[in-house]
Amino acid sequence: MTLFTDTFLIALIAGIAASGVPLLLAGLGEQLSEKAGVLNVGIEGMMLGGAYLGFYIAWATESTALGFVGGIGGGILVASLMALFCVRMGLNQIVIGIALTLGAEGATALLHHVQFSRLYPRLPDVSTWRIPFLADIPIVGPALFDREPVVYLAIALVPILVYVYRRTHLGLALQAAGDKPAALDSAGQNVLVIRTFAVLSCGALVGLGGAFMSIVGAGVFVPFMTHGNGFIGIVLAMLARGRPLWVLLGAALFGACLSAATALQVAGVDIPTDVVQMLPFVAVMIVLLLAGRNAKLPAALGAAYVRGER
Amino acid sequence: MSTQTMTETGSTDRFRAKLQSMSGVLLMSLGPVVAAFILSGIILLILDVNPFSYYGYVFGRGLLSPTGVQATLTRMGPLLLIAAALIVAFRAGIWNLGGDAQFLIGAVFCAAWTPLMAPHVPVWLGLLAGAAISAVFGGIWALVPAFLRAYQGLNEIITTLMMNFLGISFASVLVKLVFLDPTTTVPQTRTLAVDDRLPTLFGTTISSGLVIGLIAILGVHFMMTRTAFGLRLRVVGGNASAAVHAGLAVPLLTVAVFAISGALAGLSGGVAILGQYGNVRADWNPGYSLAVVPLVFLARFNGFAAIGFVALFSILSIGAESAARRTGIPNYFTLVTIGILLVMLAISEYYGAKRQKAGA
Repeated sequence: MTLFTDTFLIALIAGIAASGVPLLLAGLGEQLSEKAGVLNVGIEGMMLGGAYLGFYIAWATESTALGFVGGIGGGILVASLMALFCVRMGLNQIVIGIALTLGAEGATALLHHVQFSRLYPRLPDVSTWRIPFLADIPIVGPALFDREPVVYLAIALVPILVYVYRRTHLGLALQAAGDKPAALDSAGQNVLVIRTFAVLSCGALVGLGGAFMSIVGAGVFVPFMTHGNGFIGIVLAMLARGRPLWVLLGAALFGACLSAATALQVAGVDIPTDVVQMLPFVAVMIVLLLAGRNAKLPAALGAAYVRGER
Repeated sequence: MSTQTMTETGSTDRFRAKLQSMSGVLLMSLGPVVAAFILSGIILLILDVNPFSYYGYVFGRGLLSPTGVQATLTRMGPLLLIAAALIVAFRAGIWNLGGDAQFLIGAVFCAAWTPLMAPHVPVWLGLLAGAAISAVFGGIWALVPAFLRAYQGLNEIITTLMMNFLGISFASVLVKLVFLDPTTTVPQTRTLAVDDRLPTLFGTTISSGLVIGLIAILGVHFMMTRTAFGLRLRVVGGNASAAVHAGLAVPLLTVAVFAISGALAGLSGGVAILGQYGNVRADWNPGYSLAVVPLVFLARFNGFAAIGFVALFSILSIGAESAARRTGIPNYFTLVTIGILLVMLAISEYYGAKRQKAGA
């Protein structure tokens, strides 16, 4: 079969990284937020905030690194609204999440229209870091070990978060904020501070994911460009149930299917992309049907913590 | 004090309390709307657009021009059906976020089979069958999350979102591969002849889908507030373990809620096809459900209030298209307004609850 040429395989594996990294960052961010008890339905909006601000700053300063910082900032900006409304004031998390997603969709599209409607500027390719020796492995090497630094950072976050959740005081506090916030309060820790920290970190991770899409993935900002990636991130976080490694596996699975759709088209195979795009969802639904029984989410997920109430 | 004066003061007190609570409800519903329009107006000023002329164009087209208001009312039909679907589910404590897929699956099967039937049967029978097909398939699409939630306790937010992505792609696949109209080169289903579609109202272009939508949302409102079945569903939504203790068949009720919700969303797709579009093109997804979710929240799951918010949304979305051409503000701006509106709603609810607590 001539389909599986080296170029095709490299494009496929590289595509997994390209479409998987935003999902990974979104999933890890949502997981962090859910661990602390905040169901963050607004990450699609945070992602768009990161994608827009990241692109804008990378374009204005001509620096990719500053662009990524801007992406983190954009995510935190939207997340700070979430923290204010849902953590400080204790408003309904689903309503505010949807409001932030809609608001960010509108605001970024509007800003894009005002600033770039005629120009559609394109960013230059992002320089990559070549990892010695590993990059020389045929096929996998150029696809995975000659990549933008953010890809390595995203993957490195997985073991870091595992360590934080399992071994540190912070991880314990996060878990308590989601499972039994009153207990954390009696232990002398401020639940609202922990939850605010979780929501803002979530915004940072998700915003970085959005900036990756606009700066590395597309090289341009397009209105509504996150295309439900944030929602897939929510699904990944819920499926992974608090385990960062599972988010990585899920992101790779979804990334593979998204990448296969494009790679097959490039190879001239005539399958509607929709068929391939359905595959990860079919796979996950089957997994849920077979092993969904012990789905467990943090006990206080979605509930605002008000001191002294029950 | 005699008993008579006591009842008298009691009744005036009650009347005053009722008046106060009604004005409170009105303030809680309209306050956020007014605040959102003011904040949106400030954003327009920053963008160097006169907010009065912008909203003049929006309401001039969406509400005051004859063709505009007909378009607004026609768009309301499917939106009201979606709102009905969401109210049933949300009141029963079930977060059905998969309405867009249920809508599309209903629409695709309806568009695939109704044009084949239409030439052989009377118009009313064809329409009835088409509507039934859309409701049945919309309901079927909702059954997978229903069973997973009812018998495996699986969070329906995950499963309905998954089924949503799956269904949107699946609908495209069906249109491109299975239900393709062989007579055209464009990937789309067969088209229902204009004569076989839902009748329009009183010689206007308003589709009678509007009537179906109104009946559905009022029916749902009365089912949830006035019937024993609705009460059971609200008990399940309020506290599932209490419902179990009260002897309610919670899994069965859960499946019923999903089926009704999915069927109404599917019917919404059917009405959009039978009344307006006549066929489904590949990759068509108007995203009505995601747009209606915030409106239903704004209405606090109340059917009457939902009609008002759906009307407002229709006016804004129809009017914004025209205002976009004249002021250069793209119609994404409606999203910003709705986002602000939701936040204002949540804030007003927060202060409402605080005041209530302080009063008690």
